[in-house]
Amino acid sequence: MNIYVLLKRTFDTEEKISVANGQIQEDGAEFIINPYDEYAVEEAIQIRDDKGGEVTVVSVGNEEAEKQLRTALAMGADKAVLINTEDDVENGDQYTTAKILAEFLKDKEADLIIAGNVAIDGGSGQVGPRVADLLGMPYVTTITEIKIEGESVHIVRDVEGDSEKIETKLPLLVTAQQGLNDPRYPSLPGIMKAKKKPLDELELDDLDLDEDEVEAKTETIAVFLPPKKEAGRILEGELSDQVQELVNLLHSEAKVI
Amino acid sequence: MANQTEKQAIKGGAFLIEDLTCDQVFTPEDFSDEQKMIAKTTEEYVHNSVMPQVPYLEKHEFDRSVKLLQEAGELGLLSADVPEEYGGLNLDKVSSALIAEKMSIAGGFSITHGAHVGIGSLPIVLFGNEEQKQKYLPVLATGEKIAAYALTEPGSGSDALGAKTTAKLNTAGTHYLLNGEKQWITNSAFADVFVVYAKIDGDKFSAFIVEKEFPGVSTGAEEDKMGIKSSSTRTLILQDAEVPKENLLGEAGRGHVIAFNILNIGRYKLGVGAVGSSKRALDISLKYANGRQQFKTPISSFNLMKEKFANMASKIYASESAIYRTVGYFEDRMSQLSAEEQKDGLAVAASIAEYAIECSLGKFFGSEVLDYVVDEGVQIHGGYGFMEEYEIARMYRDSRINRIFEGTNEINRLLVPGTYVRKAFKGELPLFEKAKELQSEVMMLMPEEVGTETLEQEKYLVKNAKKIGLLAAGLAVQKYGKALEKEQEVLANIADIVNNLYAMESVVLRTEKAIAKAGEEKAKQKLLYTQIFCQEAFNQIEADAKETLIAVEEGDTLRMMMSVLRKLTRYTPINVIAKKREAADRLIAAEKYIV
Repeated sequence: MNIYVLLKRTFDTEEKISVANGQIQEDGAEFIINPYDEYAVEEAIQIRDDKGGEVTVVSVGNEEAEKQLRTALAMGADKAVLINTEDDVENGDQYTTAKILAEFLKDKEADLIIAGNVAIDGGSGQVGPRVADLLGMPYVTTITEIKIEGESVHIVRDVEGDSEKIETKLPLLVTAQQGLNDPRYPSLPGIMKAKKKPLDELELDDLDLDEDEVEAKTETIAVFLPPKKEAGRILEGELSDQVQELVNLLHSEAKVI
Repeated sequence: MANQTEKQAIKGGAFLIEDLTCDQVFTPEDFSDEQKMIAKTTEEYVHNSVMPQVPYLEKHEFDRSVKLLQEAGELGLLSADVPEEYGGLNLDKVSSALIAEKMSIAGGFSITHGAHVGIGSLPIVLFGNEEQKQKYLPVLATGEKIAAYALTEPGSGSDALGAKTTAKLNTAGTHYLLNGEKQWITNSAFADVFVVYAKIDGDKFSAFIVEKEFPGVSTGAEEDKMGIKSSSTRTLILQDAEVPKENLLGEAGRGHVIAFNILNIGRYKLGVGAVGSSKRALDISLKYANGRQQFKTPISSFNLMKEKFANMASKIYASESAIYRTVGYFEDRMSQLSAEEQKDGLAVAASIAEYAIECSLGKFFGSEVLDYVVDEGVQIHGGYGFMEEYEIARMYRDSRINRIFEGTNEINRLLVPGTYVRKAFKGELPLFEKAKELQSEVMMLMPEEVGTETLEQEKYLVKNAKKIGLLAAGLAVQKYGKALEKEQEVLANIADIVNNLYAMESVVLRTEKAIAKAGEEKAKQKLLYTQIFCQEAFNQIEADAKETLIAVEEGDTLRMMMSVLRKLTRYTPINVIAKKREAADRLIAAEKYIV
């Protein structure tokens, strides 16, 4: 089984986000494998251990993403590829990433591609499906279970809290939802072995892509933090007066009606 | 630790008389990606696997400890110091230290882990013969068997060589029969293998590998301790315990070599663990203070709270910088060993013993910083900090033992000047020569103009701190000669001066290195800690030196020496209150220890 995992480097979930000059400040922040991509890595490793084959982890990003790829190798992936866009892409979006990944994957004869359901930073949830679309491959999103028997694949996917069972066939792209598995942490022997595993670095040129072919389709107008949560207010007095006041406040303060 | 091969390993204790550049010291900013990954795996293991179990471990449900150790074994967290040929990973000492630091958050369980991988397994790693290593190390590295270390007895604590436990070869010449009691043995509830010290024929102090299953081996009741309750502590009882003679560890009568070397390792590891716990106590205190409101204001915004955070963080920065500098020394020295020597436990242990002074400093400084930090942590939590529901209460109780075990802080203080004197007599360090030079130099001492460049003042303080240290120590040796060992207060003062100057120099070099690498703007917090710590440590040095001079000298000599001290301690102080507020604001915003 030839398995590919799409992986993104994201802010640590514990980080506090701060914005300055319309940019999210990355200084001193800790970075991790996007948690949904971590499920993808774990699932890929488990499937490989069961069915044989090879797991390759791919990331589009800058040099810094090497650390997250190395972590995936330490977890047990076999190979890693970093598509370094630092010099070529200034403001990429989901289209950019998907286009680059699809270009990389098109001749790889992947049996299974696993991505995270969503990245916890951008949160678009588009990269996986877009890659599948560009490759002309079927895809199933937000999976919580996957079983492979020969060519056929049995999947349970999360649908807003309900479960949906799907049968499909390889080759296939799936995106991992929370609950798919419990990702391992890299063991120390794994970490030592990861040093010796291949981690290739490519640039757009190596994929015969021009910068304008991957130009973003969206434009970021503004970046801002959600408003600070204010303490609630408890209305007092007769119930009918409270209702009256509430309606007034919804009109005058909250301006929602 | 780049260019290890070209780098001359620095002599233990030499910092008192030699100056270093920042590229000669190892700092936490030098951790490799692998080392960071190892730290992270340890952190995740502690956070996800151990912490939820702590309430049960505190109630002595030790089956869980054994399972947790086995899980740690699967992750490789028991094999850092075990050579590869015996199923270990043979990691560098920095990685091994990082595991200890991250593990420390688990309180008593970190003692369980530390006793197993450290004092329990290392005597076999370093001093076992081929058969012993093959038999025990692979199963210790996986956690299939758990190790413990039995040195202390009811009547011999600090005086370890005064042990009463005896060993006698049986008439058939096949087994040693061990008799005695070993007290406060960590892991004793579930350990399979004990390293036990006993005197062969009542006088040859020796180490043995004793299995729980050997006839005549048993343990007493579980102790009810003030802290580290998650660890098991019992008496090991040996009643004609039958130990096969091939289980003698090292040579008969040479047990002290093992005991003292293992103590050195135990000491620096304790220092590293104390750094980890200190960071944790600061982190939870910051979180609490940001969430707790009084007078409709988060208490973290009160200036007395800020002062506490800055004090805690700058002390942590100092103990962290000092201990990793020491670990870097081991690494440098070991990397110079040939492949052959690397396999020789005595050579490896000697690489650590070379830094016995630094190990002692790391032990007493680390444990005292931790005690300070958990105490302030409770204070920040107010009444809630007194409730066991809050983690800081357990941390406060757990902290206390650190000043006692692995050699009390008093013993470790005495060891510092004691070791210096020994090194001087052996000609390893030219201390007497340097002290003499200094004595004539200080007579003509002119006050120096200190510039305003970044770190210039702090470097000046370090330079003078070294002079003060050497001066005080030199005078004490001159005055008392051999009888100095009775002047314990003076010795402890000297140890404190030496510790403060080692820590000062460590923070200055670390900050300087960070500035060189990332620029002053990014090293702002480090610089603040350095300025705060150096000034306060220097003030302490002045006080300790004054007390020492007054105790040692009198009359004209005293007056002259006091005037020298005044010259050496003349500097323009900075406004530490302002610096502390600035450092605290960043800590409060980050809600965790940051550098």
